Amino acid sequence: MSLKSLDPRITREGLPETHDASPLGEIHHWGTYEVFHQTKKGDRHIHVGSVHAPNPEMAYILAKEQFARRAPCVSLWVVKTTDVYQTNYRDEDMYENNPEKMYREAGGYKVMERINKYKKDHPQNK
Amino acid sequence: MNELNKDAIRDLLYRMADDQLILGHRNSEWTGLGPILEEDIAFSSMAQDKLGQSLALYTLLHDLGDKDPDTLAFNREEKDFKCCHLVEYPIGGYEFSLMRHFLFDSSEALRFGMLAGSSFSPLAKIARKFRGELRYHTMHADTWIRQLGGANEESRAKIQSSLEFCFPLALGIFEPSDYEKTLAEQGVFPGESELQKEWLAHIEPLLAGSGLSMPDVSSCKPSYGGRKGRHTEHLKPLLDEMTEVYKIDPSAEW
Repeated sequence: MSLKSLDPRITREGLPETHDASPLGEIHHWGTYEVFHQTKKGDRHIHVGSVHAPNPEMAYILAKEQFARRAPCVSLWVVKTTDVYQTNYRDEDMYENNPEKMYREAGGYKVMERINKYKKDHPQNK
Repeated sequence: MNELNKDAIRDLLYRMADDQLILGHRNSEWTGLGPILEEDIAFSSMAQDKLGQSLALYTLLHDLGDKDPDTLAFNREEKDFKCCHLVEYPIGGYEFSLMRHFLFDSSEALRFGMLAGSSFSPLAKIARKFRGELRYHTMHADTWIRQLGGANEESRAKIQSSLEFCFPLALGIFEPSDYEKTLAEQGVFPGESELQKEWLAHIEPLLAGSGLSMPDVSSCKPSYGGRKGRHTEHLKPLLDEMTEVYKIDPSAEW
């Protein structure tokens, strides 16, 4: 006897009624694709999420309805999630900024005072 | 130019709108039950597109002097519906719904392509408006058919047997009307037989490329009758269910 359920997806699997764990094959477990969305030509593609799909063609048609149904879109990229290389969070301290290196940031430059002084001294150049 | 034949146009509009309404309703029955979440959302969204297309055509009929779109959709007798048999069938297994989606939407995309140049300009405008939607629908259908045709023996066998089941029903899409000649002469629509020819030439390479064999058209009896108001046993229960709430109080404001 296989497991019967109100959910046809469960019934369809023909799972045994016993509780033996059996490994699911690849066909039951699609991988994921990362989806990138472009609002208008020339813009960057921006990462918007992921979809389950067995191959890029399927990923593309599924991504279209998930991520480009309402917002303006001219192009989508799909990339296999396993093809994305990422740094490890345990290394995240390498991104921290040294507070003594304020001169590397735009905010580190105090120029408004000088600009205002110039304006005051040269009213004709305003 | 002579005045366009309004009865011929109305007949054409009812066929198209009723197909879209009924198939849209059928396909929406998958909502929440789709094979995977992403596909559930995509298929439901396309079902909604179908209802939107039918609304545009019912509105056009209303502009031609018929009743308002809600009344046309929810308050007509079964025999007044002009939909083909293909759209009436219950959703069955997903392979059936996908095959129906493939066969129907490919014909619809070609039909709208023809109508984009129609001499009846409000219809030509609608046809052009939905071109993008249909491009996605056919891309979705083609991709799924290719996927299932090429995945494994089980999926190929299932999708092939759906094709064989659907094929005579799909030929019913092209049931000729009493107005074929008028529509063609007046440049409204080239005609169902013309469309069927284009459709067969369009789907054959797609099916072959998906590892499926196209049934023999000459030995296949098309399921006609829907366009004349003679329907399968599946339409009446669907209409009853679809109009259940509406009929409680047809005058209610929504």
